[in-house]
Amino acid sequence: MIYLILIMNNDEDIVILQGGSVLAVSSGGGHWDELMLLRDGFENYDVRFVTTSKDIADVNGVELFSKIPDCNQNQLIRSFLCFICALWIVARLRPRVVISTGAAPGFFCILAGRLFGARTLWIDSIANSEELSMCGQLSRTVAHECWTQWPHLAGTNGPRFKGSVL
Amino acid sequence: MILVTVGTQLAFDRLIRAMDVLAGNLGVPVIAQTGDGEYAPKNMVVRSRIPPAEFNELATASDLLVGHAGTGTILTASKFHKPVVLLPRRASLGEHRNDHQLATAKAFEKRAGVFVAMEEGDLEKAIREAQNFDTSRQDYHASSNAIQNSLQEFLKQWVH
Repeated sequence: MIYLILIMNNDEDIVILQGGSVLAVSSGGGHWDELMLLRDGFENYDVRFVTTSKDIADVNGVELFSKIPDCNQNQLIRSFLCFICALWIVARLRPRVVISTGAAPGFFCILAGRLFGARTLWIDSIANSEELSMCGQLSRTVAHECWTQWPHLAGTNGPRFKGSVL
Repeated sequence: MILVTVGTQLAFDRLIRAMDVLAGNLGVPVIAQTGDGEYAPKNMVVRSRIPPAEFNELATASDLLVGHAGTGTILTASKFHKPVVLLPRRASLGEHRNDHQLATAKAFEKRAGVFVAMEEGDLEKAIREAQNFDTSRQDYHASSNAIQNSLQEFLKQWVH
């Protein structure tokens, strides 16, 4: 946590700025490529990355905060372990914000983030041009914000379109 | 140099076979990452797997990429500012579990720098178009500004 105290004028106004951390989570492959394309947006923040393999983090010059086991909706036990890992990561870091570009491990970190009071954002992959992914659908209720990268998939009750990485 | 990739999950012999035939006539070196494919090319340099760091170097050195119509291929091409030729995998040929790639190909075929070959017979034309593509065109640069700004707004609101 970073605390900046600005004392203005004659000590009459004390402004305390507290910078928290950002947890950015993504599985390997396209999801990670998309997160890397968004990386500049995190520049001024204390960001920690989580992904499913250390190799892909190394290649991108990213120092991983933590690795998380990969899982998908067909693997119940792996998914459960992944969720436990997500809880552990979020409990250690206590991020202000959890952001994910998918897939299931990212969703579990968002769920964990929710439980620990973080603000959460799901960005559905650009690969989902016809409908929102399953985790994206769940994120509509679980995450505070859910974005799609295709304008025709946005809706009043649905995900919002806020631009796309390609 | 043309870099061909089938991705990290499944082989794609239909693409590799077609590219092998073309590679004999294109007049430029072709390097192909073939996965666990069975077809053994004669006119291309073949690697079944290429480690990420080396793949990045090859992509940088290439003139264009050719691959299956996965968004990973498009993202890679975007990252390295290279034109890309896509051939969608088809479920009916056992190349993928669904026709997601047909949808991806249709969704991206009008983008600058993306050239779709719906069938392997269309590959040569798509490659010629990609070779003639001017990567300094204005409409080629990644249009990710909107989402970057949205992300900035979100972070500004919730972190500070």
